[in-house]
Amino acid sequence: MSLIKTGPILSGGVAAGEGLKKALGMTRSEIITEIRESGLKGRGGAGFPTGTKWNLAAAARGEHKYVVCNADEGEPGTFKDRVLLTDYADLVFEGMTIAGRAVGSHVGILYLRGEYRYLLGHLEAVLAKRRADGLLGKGIQGKEGFDFDIEIRMGSGAYVCGEETALIESLEGNRGEPRNRPPFPVDTGYLGNPTTVNNVETLVLATAILAKGAPWFKAIGTDKSTGSKLFSVSGDCERPGVYEFPMGLTIAELLKEVGGEGAKAVQVGGASGTCVPASLFGQTLAFEGVPTGGSIIVFGPQRDMLHVAKNFMEFFVEESCGQCTPCRYGNVALLQGIEELEGGRCSVAHLKELMALGESMQLSSKCGLGQSSPNAFMSIIKHFSDEILGRALPA
Amino acid sequence: MLATEQQRLSAEILEMADRYGRDRCALMPILQTVQERYHHISDFAMQEVANLLDIHPVEVYSVVTFYAFLKAEKLGKFVIRLCRTISCDMQDKDRVARQLENDLGITFGQTTPDGKFSLEWANCVGMCDQGPALLVNDQVFTKVDCHKVHEILEGCRRSFGVHPTAKGGH
Repeated sequence: MSLIKTGPILSGGVAAGEGLKKALGMTRSEIITEIRESGLKGRGGAGFPTGTKWNLAAAARGEHKYVVCNADEGEPGTFKDRVLLTDYADLVFEGMTIAGRAVGSHVGILYLRGEYRYLLGHLEAVLAKRRADGLLGKGIQGKEGFDFDIEIRMGSGAYVCGEETALIESLEGNRGEPRNRPPFPVDTGYLGNPTTVNNVETLVLATAILAKGAPWFKAIGTDKSTGSKLFSVSGDCERPGVYEFPMGLTIAELLKEVGGEGAKAVQVGGASGTCVPASLFGQTLAFEGVPTGGSIIVFGPQRDMLHVAKNFMEFFVEESCGQCTPCRYGNVALLQGIEELEGGRCSVAHLKELMALGESMQLSSKCGLGQSSPNAFMSIIKHFSDEILGRALPA
Repeated sequence: MLATEQQRLSAEILEMADRYGRDRCALMPILQTVQERYHHISDFAMQEVANLLDIHPVEVYSVVTFYAFLKAEKLGKFVIRLCRTISCDMQDKDRVARQLENDLGITFGQTTPDGKFSLEWANCVGMCDQGPALLVNDQVFTKVDCHKVHEILEGCRRSFGVHPTAKGGH
């Protein structure tokens, strides 16, 4: 129901087993080269080159290696992974299996957010079928020595566990507190072993790349952002849902497709992303433009942008793991500032201090949560201070 | 807690440890199962889990208190989690929230005195295109309005054999 527009990947007709069979006819380094040449970058938001990640894990020394699929889709406004897990689970598991082959791992773990627990039965059924079809288990497709199976582990309602090292902590039975990086999971991951952590969508794309080849994938999108991207669109538009578009489309073009032309702003990348005002809708959605994990929240002309900033900041106050000071205190301080602005009691000097605090948080927080939590607040203040400053006192 | 109930809980936790393993990696699956069956993780349960995994009970407590879906305090049989994040917020989640409070006679963060319902907030449940959305235990409901609130609660009441109320309670 959510999937509105498919593109080259999702309408490409990649069948279960197709990508894996191609991969099994290649050497491990050939698989990694294929992914590298495709230019695939991680679709969770950070945009790290997938081929490089796999290569590092393949080269890392370790008896046990792990392939982890990050299905802890918690970024506000993102729901494309839910759609992929519902309609394309085979391609997700196949991407993990291909990764397992490439890096030399026998164990895959899919970390599913607790909020998606209702998908568990379906996912287990897909796994059972893949085992029955010889696509998982011992000696996959008759390939001697290639054993790979996947288990599903549940999250329990913590946004920060979408951060890869926090996810690993959670798998190890700990509080989901991010680790210092380096060392990165590719050498010191789950239980100290080399571990690849890839987003659901990235793994689907990897499967498609193996099935259809790197040149096919590279022909889609832009030079620096190859392939297509799934966008989760919500908010003030006529047709919210999941859309597949080639990378590099402008915000204005996307708004036209979804029926959100009258928007005054768009939040790109969820709560941790940035707010883009109408004057900048000519920017492209790509790694070289406005990078995003695919969350697009549309704000119509009537929306109070300070209310939007407040909602995001309440989210971060709640979801900060509390481990490092800039994030633990900074988000609370920014929320207090928003409350002062709401009451029309914030001086411009104090607002400047809050913006400086936001910069400090971006620089000094330990993980991506605290580094990006001020983004929404700062971009909203930057572009909408006229509607925010000097508010009438509430009646 | 009666000694017999404690014994039952201990036996179940032992079974879980046999299933998931006795190392630290088994902690989350075990706690998730205890939460699902008992609607909370009691001090006694934490102690039992700690003994079996050979870790300090405070380690278990630290994990229980970190995750929003694990609770030391007892929750109701049906935990209703209404999404409060921006997309659902813009689709009138406040009205749904008020209706839930009216129909259950409790506010967010509370459990009904009969132990049947708890009302909690959720942070983005991934149904942003079909809000307002809420979870009832593991089940998701989308495009919830005030009338649907009543239907959802009646569905829960029917499942435990209580007579549905004509006007939905309070």
